[in-house]
Order: sequence, then C-alpha cells, then structure tokens
Amino acid sequence: MKDITARIDFRANTQAVSPAMVAATQKNARTALLKRSEVVVEFGEERWQQLRRAGRELRLHALTHLDRYLSMVEENVIAAGGHVHWARDAEEAHSIVLDIAMQNSVRNIVKVKSMVTEEIELNHALEGRGIRVYETDLGEFIVQLAGQRPSHITAPALHMTKEEVAALFREKLKVDAQPDPKLLTEIARQRLRKEFLTAEMGISGGNFLVAETGTLILVTNEGNGRMCTSLPPIHVAIVGIEKVIPDWESAAVMLKLLARSVSGSKITAYNTFITGVRKDGPREFHLVLLDNGRTQILRDEIARETLMCIRCGACMNICPVYNQVGGHAYGAVYPGPIGSILTPLLIGTRIAGGLPFASTLCGACSDICPVMIPITEILLHLRRRFVEGDDFEGSSISGTLKAIAKAGRYVLGSPSLYRLGARMGKIFQAPLRSGDWIAAMPSPLDRWTMARPFPAFRGDFRGWWKKHKNAKDISGGKAS
Amino acid sequence: MMKVQLFVTCLGENLLPDMLQKMVGILERIGVSCEFPEGQTCCGQPFFNSGFQKEGREIALLWMKMFADTDGYIVAPSGSCVEFVKHRYPKMFPEGTAEHKIAVQLAERVFEFSQFLTNIMEITDLGAFFPHRVACHSPCHLTRGLGVRDEQQRLLRAVRGLELISLNDAETCCGFGGIFSVVYPEVSMAMMEAKVMNIMASNAECVVVSEPGCLINIRGGLQKMNSNIRAMHLIEILAQEGAA
Repeated sequence: MKDITARIDFRANTQAVSPAMVAATQKNARTALLKRSEVVVEFGEERWQQLRRAGRELRLHALTHLDRYLSMVEENVIAAGGHVHWARDAEEAHSIVLDIAMQNSVRNIVKVKSMVTEEIELNHALEGRGIRVYETDLGEFIVQLAGQRPSHITAPALHMTKEEVAALFREKLKVDAQPDPKLLTEIARQRLRKEFLTAEMGISGGNFLVAETGTLILVTNEGNGRMCTSLPPIHVAIVGIEKVIPDWESAAVMLKLLARSVSGSKITAYNTFITGVRKDGPREFHLVLLDNGRTQILRDEIARETLMCIRCGACMNICPVYNQVGGHAYGAVYPGPIGSILTPLLIGTRIAGGLPFASTLCGACSDICPVMIPITEILLHLRRRFVEGDDFEGSSISGTLKAIAKAGRYVLGSPSLYRLGARMGKIFQAPLRSGDWIAAMPSPLDRWTMARPFPAFRGDFRGWWKKHKNAKDISGGKAS
Repeated sequence: MMKVQLFVTCLGENLLPDMLQKMVGILERIGVSCEFPEGQTCCGQPFFNSGFQKEGREIALLWMKMFADTDGYIVAPSGSCVEFVKHRYPKMFPEGTAEHKIAVQLAERVFEFSQFLTNIMEITDLGAFFPHRVACHSPCHLTRGLGVRDEQQRLLRAVRGLELISLNDAETCCGFGGIFSVVYPEVSMAMMEAKVMNIMASNAECVVVSEPGCLINIRGGLQKMNSNIRAMHLIEILAQEGAA
C-alpha cells in the first residue's frame, strides 16, 4: 500500500460505483450472513458468545506477549528445518523474497490467496524483476487477469458477474468461455494446472502461526493452497507478526470462529498445517515475519485491538455503508469497517483520514466481529487523530473547519447563546421554508437537502413548558 | 412521587417540540413529576463523534453542570443521546477525578423513554388507542448501543387497535449517522432510500422511529418519495388516546 500517496477520496470513489457493484456486493453479503446466522443458531447463541470471548482473550493475550510467542515460532520453525526472516516493511519483504527467488533461479511463482501480499504489493515487485506470478485462488485469478484489486477480503471477485468473467477470459486467455461458473472454473483449473507443475516457488500468506510448534495454518476452500505449498520445491510464507497464537487449543477456538464467520461453514474445506520442512513437501520452507507498521499500531493502546483481526470479512458483510458502495471505494487493500481503521493505521490519517468517517457508528461491525474488536471505538479514536492530532500524528484538517467547530462549541457552550441561536434559526429559515419542510438549504447544508428535505425549526418547547408549569403550579396550589 | 428531569436533546427541542410536549403529558399521566433544567443545550455528541473531542468534553461538562444538582431519573426521547451520557461520559474523564465521579452518577440516572417506562416504571400499557398497521425501525444506538430491543415492541403491542407488522432489515442503519450524513451525502441517501423502500414494502401505515436523528432522516425520505406513510416517534403513538 506504499504506492498510495494521494489522499483517499472516499466520497469521489463512492460516486463512481456502478449499480452492478452494489447489487453484487449485497447479494454476496446477504448469502454469507444468512449462512453465518444459521450455523451460529445451530452452535447455540450462548456458546457462540463464549467462544467469541475466548477468541478475543487469546488474541489479546498473544498480542500483548508477541515477543515471547514470535521467538517461539522462530525457534520451532528453525528446529523443523525451516528458515525464518524478519521484514520491517514492504521493501525488506520484497528483497527477502527476491533474494530467495534469485538464488534458486525462480521464473514462475504460484500464489495462494493472501491479503498481506496485497498489502505489500508483492506481485508488482516480483513482476518488476521478470518473474511471472500466478494467483491460483479463483477469485484472485480473475482479479489479477482484470488488473483490479479485490473488493472483499474473502470473496475478491464478488463484484464481477459471470458474464464479465467470461468476457475477461475470452479476451485475456483467448478461449471460448461461456458465462457458466462451472465451465469458467474448469478453464481456470486447466490453465493453472501447468503452472502448479512448473512453478519453482509457491507463495502463501498465513491465517495463524501456532507458537508452541511453529506451525503455519492455512485455511482455504479450493485446494489451490495445498497445490502451491506442496508441488513447488520452495515455499515462502509471508505472515504479519500479529497472526501468532499460543497453542493448538487456541487454534481450535480460532478455526471454529473463522470458518463460521467467513461463510457460515462449520469447517473450511482445507485446513493445512505446515511445520517447517516435511519429507514429502517442498525442500525449502521460508517464513517471512512482516511488521510493516504493526509494532507502531501495538504501541497505540486503543488502536492495538485492530491487530486481533482474523480477516473473516463479517464486518464488511454486515456494514450498511460497505453494502452501498462495495470494496473498491475504500481505495486500499482492506475495505469495509476493518479497512476504515486498518488502512489509516498502516498508511496514516493524512492519506486515509476520510475512511474513519465512512461509518454511521451503527455498531453492527463490532457486534458481529468474532474477536469483538471495538471497531466503533477505534473509528472515533482515528477521527480524533485526524481532527485534533495525537501522539502518533498531527491534525490533518483545515483552520476553517477548526474555527467553525470552535464557534459551534461557543454557541452550544452558552445556554443564552444557544437559545438565541434557536430563535435566529426560526427567523432565517423563513424564506426557505415551505410548510413543515425546507426543501433546499445553502451550501454546505445542501449536502443534507440533496438527499431529503429538512424539517423546519418550529414550536417553542421552552415557552410551552413555562406556561405548562405555571398552570400546574396554580392548580397544584389550589389543590393544597 | 417519582421525579424525572427532562433531557429534551437539541434535535428534540428544535425540531420535534410537539413530541416533547406529549412525552411530558405521558409522564405526568402516570404520576411522574417532571422538571426541566433550563440551562441544557446539547450533550456534546456531535462534536465528540466528529473528532472534536475537546469541544465535546467541554459541552459535556456544561450538560453535567446543568443536571448534577438535580435529583431523580433523567429521561430523554433519544437512545443516542442517552447512550452518549451513559457510556461515553464516564470514559471521557480520568478515573479518580471529580468530573469522572459526577459522570458516573449521571450515567446511572439517565434512561431512554421506553427503557424508563418498561424497566423503571414497569408500565407497558398506557391505554393508548391507535388503529393502524405499524412497523418499527430499530435505531442503532437504542438497539445495539443501549440494548433496547424488546421494550418498544412491548409498549406497541399494548396499544389498542394497533397491528404490529414486521419490517425487513429493521436493525439496519437508516444512514443518518450524524456528521456522516453531510460528509458522505450520497451514501447516506442510498442507505436512507434502502430503509424507506423496506418501509414502503412492509405495507405499514406508520413507522415508529424513536430517535430524533433517524426520525428526521426517515420522515424526510418518506416526504421526498411522496409517501403517505407517517414516521412517528413511539411517544406520538403512546399519546394517542381514544375509544378502546
């Protein structure tokens, strides 16, 4: 995401969203949420809440003891014949992977779906050195062919219809593709088969790292993950340092939470556990532990919990904002509510400060999050960072906005000015008012009336209250 | 005699004064004595939630000053403002400070209207009569923020003649979101339209929206669509008297 240097303009992005994108996003979300709620009911609501609390506690524990668990991972991976590399940022990660590739004359790489490699734009770096990179997850394969970015973290190509995919395959793969998901999958499968067999390197991310044994857990649904991590002679896994969990008991909790939250499955089709070098697997296993801003986020006591995220996508599916705009409007790798907090934490509020405002603070995301990340709290924390600045970043707003806020605070901070303001509102609205409504207001309030009329300021509660109270006092007096 | 301090909220006072008068009417009818701290302005939420936390805290301090020396429960026709006082105020000030202590005390006293009726007064039947098909929107801060889910329904079910009908995606946000509605007006509009479409598809004559911000949003949306469906605060329905 280092390529993003211009401010992300969420408003402009949303205005460019097609109705087809919105429809596809809503359809995907509705299906996923329905299945999720069915398995949660089956699991038992109370048990589910207990599981969430357990998941939250163990993720938080792991994050606050990251040094210990990461050392355990390193020790155990090396003991199992693997290599461990530490990457401070995207560039270091690139050069680690490139070095391994160069040493082994790698020309072709097959990849498992991985958000963290999107985050560091690894494909770009590899392709820049003449290496061919093949995304092998069907959705990622489509998105890569189209030269786009995933619009959802677990359903990357949800925004494309089967007709669009067929047209894309015809154009890019020069095949006779029909808009039938089964046939399209078959085309991708045939196409990738050769690459699986010839690639000299497989690259994956990782869903979890189990500290007690140094095991990489990969959760996939299409079988491509196993192909990528068993056929090529070298496997490189790039994993954010926050993905570590203490032990297998923790893994059992997390896998239950993840599968149900992603797609409403009780278990994902392929749960792959890789500990160092295996007899029948790749001859080399490299684990790249990536920081890329994460230790900085850990220092921030409120924002820290963002790192508990297990990338299930449930917050996106439930988010009423995401459901109206789709994933691309967020202008970065991670969309939806989690993206609205993670992106500004990774690349700064100066660039991504508009994202924490892309929420109504409705709280649905925090409610559904399998590890109970207080997303609304962190949104507020980042709004404050953007507006006021804090220990991590300075303010990013104009003096004019600050002056307006000060003036507003001055009026609302004084009961008499507030009452005067309310009276003035009634006077100034007169030319705009039509009955009970004001159909159009001047800028910037036209941002309200472009969507719906504003109700006229009316009535006089305080005046009514005075009369009411006097009448009560008199009748009360008579009674006594 | 039960005493209540009226927390009228800035939106309520300036845009929905008749609803407030009805709230006083209901409270007095059930034997609650109402007082109105006249120095109240706003709870500070619009500032705080927009990132202006310093200004939000200053407004909160004024609100606290106006209510701290009063007694009895504090009742508002808004889940959002109540949640702000109940959940945010105590977090705004460091533990051990005088402000924190006052904030905690006020947080314990403040209730949203339907919460107050059902949980404190233990009243669900106010003898109201409203012979219409009614759907009920679940405002976010009332529902998820304060955990008020059942209370509104119970009050509505006790209304004579009222037919409570289900609303699709009742718990989905209507797109108001305070500052959100003017920072991202197009998205806010799309969310509001989705809500209004669901309301229109429900075949209701009225939709209950017990949150001033959401009420002006949804009412405005229905107005724009030239719909005959009325958006009403729960209070406006409970105040309807007549033959049973």
